[in-house]
Amino acid sequence: MLELIWLLPTFPLLGFLALVLTGGTLPKQIAGPIGAGSIGLSFAVAALIAMEFVGSGEDYFVYEAWTWMSVGNFSPGVTFYLDGLSTVMMLVITGVGFLIHLYATGYMADDPSFARFFSYMNLFVAAMLMLVLGDNLVLLYLGWEGVGLCSYLLIGFWYTNPANGYAARKAFVVTRVGDTSMAIGLFLLFAQLGTLNIQDLMHAAEGEWEIGSGYAVAAALLLLGGAVGKSAQLPLQTWLPDAMAGPTPISALIHAATMVTAGVYLIARTHILFELAPSVQLLVAWIGLATLLISGFTAMTQSDIKRVLAYSTVSQIGYMFLGLGVGAWSASVFHLMTHAFFKALLFLASGTVILSLHHEQNIFKMGALRKALPVSFASFLIGSLALTAFPFTSGYFSKDEILLGALAVEGVGTWLWLGGVIGAFFTGIYTFRLFFIVFFGESNVEHHVDREVGGWHMNGPLIILMILALVGGFIHVPVEAVFSHGEAHDEHHVSGLIHGIMIAVPLIGIGISYLFFMSKTFSVEKLMSSGLAQSLHKFWLGGWGFDTLYNALIVAPFLFLARINRKDLVDSFYALIVTLSQAANGMIVKTQTGSLRWYALTLVGGLVIIVTLGVLL
Amino acid sequence: METIPVEHGLILAGILFCLGLIGVLTRRNIVFVLMSLEVMLNASGLAFIVAATRWGHAEGQVMFLMILTLAAAEVAVGLGLIIQMFRRYQTVDISVLSEMKG
Repeated sequence: MLELIWLLPTFPLLGFLALVLTGGTLPKQIAGPIGAGSIGLSFAVAALIAMEFVGSGEDYFVYEAWTWMSVGNFSPGVTFYLDGLSTVMMLVITGVGFLIHLYATGYMADDPSFARFFSYMNLFVAAMLMLVLGDNLVLLYLGWEGVGLCSYLLIGFWYTNPANGYAARKAFVVTRVGDTSMAIGLFLLFAQLGTLNIQDLMHAAEGEWEIGSGYAVAAALLLLGGAVGKSAQLPLQTWLPDAMAGPTPISALIHAATMVTAGVYLIARTHILFELAPSVQLLVAWIGLATLLISGFTAMTQSDIKRVLAYSTVSQIGYMFLGLGVGAWSASVFHLMTHAFFKALLFLASGTVILSLHHEQNIFKMGALRKALPVSFASFLIGSLALTAFPFTSGYFSKDEILLGALAVEGVGTWLWLGGVIGAFFTGIYTFRLFFIVFFGESNVEHHVDREVGGWHMNGPLIILMILALVGGFIHVPVEAVFSHGEAHDEHHVSGLIHGIMIAVPLIGIGISYLFFMSKTFSVEKLMSSGLAQSLHKFWLGGWGFDTLYNALIVAPFLFLARINRKDLVDSFYALIVTLSQAANGMIVKTQTGSLRWYALTLVGGLVIIVTLGVLL
Repeated sequence: METIPVEHGLILAGILFCLGLIGVLTRRNIVFVLMSLEVMLNASGLAFIVAATRWGHAEGQVMFLMILTLAAAEVAVGLGLIIQMFRRYQTVDISVLSEMKG
């Protein structure tokens, strides 16, 4: 049974080929079942494999399909590596992926490019499975670039609007910065350790490098560069909010549940390397903390329903990075899984809201929708509770573990914990700000809402995800064997006060949100009346000015250089030669008059000159 | 018998050659151009004869005979061309024939 692991990426790949080789001409009745069905088959196989694998009690399972290429002693195989970590990832990708595909058959039903949409989606799932199942970094990198390509294609899916194409290019170029860093990291690892098989690599690194040695730090930093690019962490977080230009199921699948967590997966997969470089590992924690706070502030000011969720995604991945940085590996993977459930739920529900309101995304043009859109309302309620870590929802358990892991770190642990708790406070505020504004208060809806868009293939996934978001915290993540040797196992005894704070803080955030946006006890207008608040709001709305900064520092100088070089400075030397010979040609052409007497005269003139010279000299 | 000095003969040949050259360069009527060419040929022939007499060699006279036949052939071809040209263009002005746009 375990040998059937090669079927996992094969089904989506076949689906992609079937859809793409017919040139996107398949009718919806066929393209839909192919697109969603291939992922469904993948999920069925993944579930069977996972059951057998967990039941067998083995630590890992390797299946080599074939040798990819063989050059000297470098021969990466198309080899699948199954352990606790990749089991969790493949279940999340195929499971949540299948639900989102199913939802998308309803969501995209009126789109003329229906088949093209599903071909991209299937290719994405295939690439993502390659990424998490590959046993060497080359195969991982293949998947890594594959998902980047699909992300680009899907952000710019509605390419007739230039803004979408711009967003797609931005996402592609910004993540490219990280990808380049990661590629250099791979070169370094191969040059130093002579292999790219992840397990061999980790053993070799442990054997050859001391803790904190230069190579370990450099390699970890370069891989971290790739991770922050893909996972939209500081300083490469700017692309994710713009990526919301794509259709909403894309935002749910790629830009919330799966692809953006690839960076988390990469660091968890190479955690031994990061343990060899404690300074870089701590840097991961600080990056996560800074990102989660910054995007938490930004999320409070956004007015686009999808951008709020996008910044919240950045913030939640910040939590995962925080967990990785403090060595709470399994807590991070746990949060990755629960986040996939509740964030996919929130995005899909927002998709229903947007579609029901005829593509309205501004939350201030919504309001009082709880009766008109009951399924979305329930989804948002459960998703928001899980996102804010309301006790006994899925997000509560995972975020709790990460924060406790942060607290266990000696020295800076208290500060990391405090930052995480403050982030949880803001999560409570911005999540329920969105919730109250959209579903309560007065209706600002411009177009009449006829009915909630739905049907079983849209509401079914929502209901399943609601259940998962509620009880996902009780799922046991089987990753002990993966992180066995690094994780601090000694039970850290924390006082009831700490637990109390962690439960109370998000609730206080929700409460403040209630007072501002529900009961209107406090007035937002009054808060916004001062000049400082105005400028802060503007600053946060623009995402802390990162776009402006990058435009000024990188884009503007680049365009400046491009403008200078538009006439090709280097080429001007060669252009000079061309100009000179053309001028000479022009002069000589004038002597070719066609007049016979002129020729005779020049003949005689030349003869006279030569004879004179001969006589004189 | 007093002989004519060789310089006189060569100077005469030079003057004739220059006159012919000026005719070739300045006349526009192609018949006159052809005649000027004949003058130039004969000037060079004269130079050969003078030189042959001076050094008592027969080659110079042989050369003159060759020039004479060559000139006859040239005139035959040249006159034929002139007739063709007049038929086609109704003119004997050579500057009209220039069709190059340099």
